[in-house]
This record gives sequence, C-alpha cells and structure tokens, in this order.
Amino acid sequence: MADLRCVIAGIESINPFWLASAPPTDKQYNVERAFAAGWGGVVWKTLGVDPPVVNVSSRYGVHKDTGRGILGINNIELISDRPLDVNLREIEQVRKNWPDRIIIGSMMAPVEEELWKELAIKIAGSGVHGIELNLGCPHGMCERGMGSAIGQVPELVENTTRWVREVVDIPVFTKLTPNTTDILLPAEAALKGGAHAVALINTVNSIIGVDLDVMAPTPVVDGKGTHGGYCGSAVKPIALHMVAEIARAVETRDLDISAIGGITTWRDAAEFIALGANALQVCTAVMLYGFKIIEDLNEGLSDFMDAKGYKSIEDFRGLATKNTVNWNDLNMNYDLKAVIDKDKCIECGLCHIVCEDTSHQAITIKPTETGREFTVVDADCVGCNLCAHVCPVPDCITMEPVDNGLPYQTWPEISPISGEVRGE
Amino acid sequence: MGEHLQASLTGGALSKDAIDANFEDLHPPLNAQQVNSWANRCLFCYDAPCITACPTAIDIPRFIRQIATDNITGAAKTILSANIMGGTCARACPTEILCEQQCVLNTGEHEPIEIGALQRYAVDYLMDTTNTHPFVRGPKTGKTIAVIGAGPAGLACAHELARLGHDVVVFEAKAKAGGLNEYGLAAYKMAGDYAAKETKFITDIGGITVKAGKSLGDDFSLSDLRDKYDAVFIGIGLTKMRKLGIAGEALAGVSNALDFIETIRQTSDLSTLDPGRDIVVIGGGNTAIDAAVQAKRLGAKNVTLAYRRGLAQMGETKWEQDLAATNGVMIKHWANPVEIIGENSVKSVRFEQINLQDGKLCGTGDYFHICADRVYKALGQTLVTDELTALKVENGKLKVGSDGLTSVAGIYAGGDCIAPGEDLTVQAVADGKTAAIAIDKMLAIDKMLES
Repeated sequence: MADLRCVIAGIESINPFWLASAPPTDKQYNVERAFAAGWGGVVWKTLGVDPPVVNVSSRYGVHKDTGRGILGINNIELISDRPLDVNLREIEQVRKNWPDRIIIGSMMAPVEEELWKELAIKIAGSGVHGIELNLGCPHGMCERGMGSAIGQVPELVENTTRWVREVVDIPVFTKLTPNTTDILLPAEAALKGGAHAVALINTVNSIIGVDLDVMAPTPVVDGKGTHGGYCGSAVKPIALHMVAEIARAVETRDLDISAIGGITTWRDAAEFIALGANALQVCTAVMLYGFKIIEDLNEGLSDFMDAKGYKSIEDFRGLATKNTVNWNDLNMNYDLKAVIDKDKCIECGLCHIVCEDTSHQAITIKPTETGREFTVVDADCVGCNLCAHVCPVPDCITMEPVDNGLPYQTWPEISPISGEVRGE
Repeated sequence: MGEHLQASLTGGALSKDAIDANFEDLHPPLNAQQVNSWANRCLFCYDAPCITACPTAIDIPRFIRQIATDNITGAAKTILSANIMGGTCARACPTEILCEQQCVLNTGEHEPIEIGALQRYAVDYLMDTTNTHPFVRGPKTGKTIAVIGAGPAGLACAHELARLGHDVVVFEAKAKAGGLNEYGLAAYKMAGDYAAKETKFITDIGGITVKAGKSLGDDFSLSDLRDKYDAVFIGIGLTKMRKLGIAGEALAGVSNALDFIETIRQTSDLSTLDPGRDIVVIGGGNTAIDAAVQAKRLGAKNVTLAYRRGLAQMGETKWEQDLAATNGVMIKHWANPVEIIGENSVKSVRFEQINLQDGKLCGTGDYFHICADRVYKALGQTLVTDELTALKVENGKLKVGSDGLTSVAGIYAGGDCIAPGEDLTVQAVADGKTAAIAIDKMLAIDKMLES
C-alpha cells in the first residue's frame, strides 16, 4: 500500500480525497457518514451572511448518454440554506468527533470588506483547518453580486482573498470559476491576494437540457428553468486543462492546487495529480454512487502507485506537467499509423465507417469467405487515433510510431512558406 | 411465466392454471429497462452482418438505435417497412441461426444482442399505442390482384400491393387468415391471439379483401383467377402431409403433428383437451419439437421424440432441441419406425435401431418398442399440385425466378410452396414482398405499353 497522505497549503491529510463544497457536505450527518466511509476531508457547503438563502424545489438536471450513464449534473441550488450558527456548531462537533479529518470552511459574501472579514473570523472560530473562498457559483448567487460575479473580475478575486488573509491565520484557498477566458488571470490575482492555494474548477455555466413537453430548461421550477452549474465527468477535461495551465505557468506554478472537476475514478485522480494537483475534491461522483466509492479511489490510486513504484503522492505529482506544452512545441515529424489486429477484430466496421465518412478514407473493407476484413492504408493514415477510439475491442487497434529517422522538429522551426527547415 | 414448465403437483393431471401458465408467452416481453440496457449494448455496426442474415433485410442497427434514442414508434416503422410481419418474426424466427447468430458481439462477448426481443418490443409498442396505420396507400392504380393463401407470403404480398395502390383479393381455404402463424406455430410462441391481431393490422391498410373458406379447386381454378384479375400470387404453402407408409398408420391415436398443433391453437380452454399419457412424436424438424413440447405442457406423462438420424442432422436448431430437453421431452436418435402396434387404437411403436455406414442409413436388426397412446407424425409436408398443372414444378415445389414469377406470365408464387426456399415465416414474407414489387413493376410496364 502506497502512502496516500498529502499536504496542501500546509495541511496534512490522510488521503488526497476531500468532498467538495456542495450538497454532500451540507450538514454534520452527511459529513460524518463521509468520514466513516473513509474520506480524508470535506469542504463544508458554502456559508453566507445570515439570513440564509432559500432554495427552490427541483434543483438538479442531468446530461445522460442514451443508456444509464450520467455524464454530468447541473444544479441550481444555492449556498447553505441553514443559519450560519447551526453550521458552525456542527463543524465544531465534527472537528471533535473526527480529529484526523480535514474540514475547510467555504464562504461567500457580497463585495464588502467588513462582511468578508466578519464571516471569515466566525468560520475560523469553529476550528476549521482552512477557509475556501467560493468565487465560482455561476447561478443564482452571481445575480446577487457573489460567486462567479466576483471570480470573473481579477481585482475582486485579489481583494476578497486579501481581506480574508488579513483576519485569519489559517490557510486560505481561493476557488476559481472556469467561466472565464483565461484561468491564469484569476489565479494570479489569488496569488497576489495571498492565497495559499487555489481550488478549481467550480461548475461550468450551462443549460443542461430542455423539457420538450413543458418547453422549458431543466430542472423545471413551475414551468420555468434557468442556467445552472455543470459538473461531473463531462467537465473533467476542462478542469484538467485549467489545472495544467496554472501548474505550468511561471507566474502561478508555486500555488498549491486543490483540483476539482469530474473526478470519478482513481485514474481521474492520478491524472490530476500527474498534472500538478496537491489534493483533490469530489462531488458529482458521490452524488451518483454514494460515499462508498472512496474505497476504490483509495485502493485504485494505491495499486497504481505500487505498480509504478511511486511511494508517495509527491513521487509522481506534476510528472505530466513538464510534458504539457504548447502546440508549437510538438514534433511535426512524429508519424503514427493505426494497426488492426485481425485476430481480435469482430468485424463491426466502425473503424471503417468513421474513417470513411469523417476522416481520411484510410481503412478499406474487403469481403472474405467468412466475413470481411479491414485493412489500414498506411499512405492515407494520418495517425489521428479515431479508429482506435471507436473500436469496441480492447487493444484491437493500436497506434504504432513509424521510425522515419527524422529529428524532433517543431512548427516554428519549419518555414511555414517554403516548408524548408530554418537555418539549413 | 411461460419460460418454465409447470409440472403436475400431484402426479395426476395438470390443473387448468398450470396448463394456462404453460401456454403463456415462452419468452415474456422485455420491460422498458431491459430494452434500454440491450439497445445500448448494440454497437451500431456499419453494413451490419445481422441485416445480411435477415431474409427481409430489416435495418437492425437503425431500429435498435431508434429504441435507444427513445423513438420506439420510429423503430417499429423501420422494422415493418422491411417486414410487415415483424411482430410474428420477432416471436417465431429462429434468430439464433439468423440475425443473432451474425451479431458481432458473439465474438469476444459470447452473447449477441437480443434482436428478436427488441424487435418485439418496438412492434408491440406501435400496435398497442397507435390507432392510425403506419403506412399510407399509394395512389390507386385501378388494378386488382388475386392472392391464393392468406399465410405469411400471401398477406405480405397483399400488404405490399395495397401499399403500392393496388386492390387485392385474398382467397383462404381455412376459416381464418394467417396460415401457419394462425394454425401451425406453437401456442406459447404466439400467445394472446397474436396471429389474428397481426392479420388485422396488416389488412387495416385498406384495399385488401380476405375471402376465407374459399379453396383452390373447390371454389375456383387458377385459370379463373388469371382471367379475372390483373395478376395472381400463389402462397398456398405445403398442405399434403407425408406418410410413414408402415403398418398401423391408420390406427386411432395416430395423427399429424400439425393437426395436433392446430387443435391446440384453435381451442380456447386447453384444459378440455385430453393430453394423452404416452406420446411419440416422429420427425426431426421444428414442428416435431413444437408438438412434443406442447404435448408435455398439456400434461402428457411421457413424450418421446423419435428421429431416424442423429443430433447433427436434425432440422431444428440447437435452441429448439434444448427447449425440448428442458421441457422433459426425451429425444431418441437413430430410431426408424417400422410398425405401429395396437388394436383399434395405438398401443406402441416398434423401431429399428439405425446407424450410419458410409453416409447411408442402415438398419441394425436391433428392434425396440416405445409405448404410445398418441403418435404425432411430423414428417414434413409436400405441395399439392393437382390445381397447378399449368405451372412448372421442380423438386416438388413451384419453379420461380428471383422475382417470384412462375413459368406462366402474370402468375407469381412465394413462401413454402416455391423452390428453393427455407420454410420460415420470415422467408415467406420476403418472398411475398418481392413478388408484390415485381407484380407492380409488371403492371406499370403493361400500362405504359397500353398507352
């Protein structure tokens, strides 16, 4: 068993898996169930200035494939709708009951220095290990000048972070919204404001679907719908990119990162760590399966680390960051060809039709005595991988590099006009 | 549930409830959850092998995708536009040797998509939820075609002709339309009077008149129809039962398996039938299995299916053989009936053990008896040619071209009565539709020439 302990913003956790600030961390009952199941920490559901908000009935919509698979959830729930004091007393109690687990207090307030400071002090007083600034919710709260309305303006990110830093002596996490053009701008602002870590991503602004009978966006609230926050597997690629950008930019790479966004499996977790995340937050996956998935997250990550010889999270953290480059740094001479293992092929024809209809017409189909045979035309194959992705048989189509003897050459090294190599 | 045989709880006769349960759907329909799960397993193969394996070439990946995208009516239209008897075929087709055998998931996952069950779900959904017929007739052509036989071939032909704007008169010798769907398939494959329901659905398109109780020879001749109608389609099937040609065949208790099945299909309260005690079914095809399993499900104590050849030569599929075995039917291979013994009524059947020597069946001189108070013969049927002397016959069946045209202009044929051809509902439907399209084309050319 590999050592799954991790450190983020100076906080040591028994494992890198925390529950994100969301419905699963709304109250003591849920949080203690999560700790009993094995979660390393929680970010308590966002607390605001009293009086508490009121939530609507019908709060979640889902994006499904044509089967049972839920690709993502969209929610229109606001922050905690319970009085601040009730939440703080519960936090105190859970801290006593579970001394080895991490609790981070999430908060948001209107953009007024006093309000932020007062709230931060109160939350810190409950004994939390750190405070997370929710600058991300893209629905509801932003209409009241909070959430993403703050996160989308770097100066406000910097100010709110600084205000909290000035009044508490525990680590401060600034949670970023992905609903912005360049994630580095708010990340840099957080750093300037004194954040110990950034947490990202919050949900993606979205309309998840339309009820074609009611003719309104889902979830439908009495005949009307609104945009909400999209999360789950579907947003993982967006989160990976934003984490990688912060981890590799000179200006922000020293920030600790609490990665959030569709983490469902141990592999997802390993990918975020490989791109530089110090710790992880999970929400949608437990909303789909319950807290028990922590068992496979822990064990799967540990087994992966054992198999690769990584003794601790730090052993492989950020290893993929250095290989995350700009397009202009890719090797233009690298040449891949699809290879079909004809013994494994079940003759479904998907590789052929996707290549024929949508790509490079590089897979031929030929009738045989017993069925049909699919063959890659090397001259036409550009190594795009599409056939390998749609093939339903594991390892039937592999992408093999061609040894063409050519050097690593980037596009800027090749004259875009003559095609000749610069300097030769 | 029809899947499992209800046995006698007392050792005595089966109760009415047990018999009713035994004749419910052999495979209960899938529910919506099962359908979604199966439909999403389909890979949506390109130029899918399952389509090629279907005589009516239903676009299977398309209809399964339509199910997956929650367009069940659309799925049913895809099925029915290729095969108007998609409902019966979904129930009775030996999918294990057709579409499902070709499913690419047999390789790797060792389990094909349940195409038949999905097809049934879609077609049942349409028939249960839609009041309007899914197909519209083309502009009226003013032509009328005679169809002889309201079995799968005749009805499929009639439907396609009606769809193309022709009027059709279907002559059926029996009291009801449907052919073997109505009279010859095992009851548990066609539960809920499905054949009649489907016949109504098919003819509801309009322009089709079914004249039941009118038979070729007794009520009209082929030349009558050829003179009176613009074209004729023959879909009369094979109606002459093969005989054993051994002593005792005329004894009471000896009958044709198809007649036994017909009795079951046309009896509303099966508990009123005497199931018999010891049943011997002679034959090796699906009719033999249907008779044997139904005899057992009716409550017969001992049912033996005797076949002259071995396992590998039996006409029914492995699935059908397994069905017989799991229903308690004893299958006796290499048994050649030589005499039916009894006074007035049958008491036993005497068999000679057969073996295969250099590819030939040879008697061994080793004889044995099987007790029987009922003997059902399932030896296959042949074409009654008495009224078809004008047409060329080849290997005992009507000779037709690829479009179903017989040796006489304007007369087409399809289904079990033509050669070559497999005796399957789905093949008959394909034949009927092919002939209808050919008839339509012929009439269009005639019209062009006239003008």
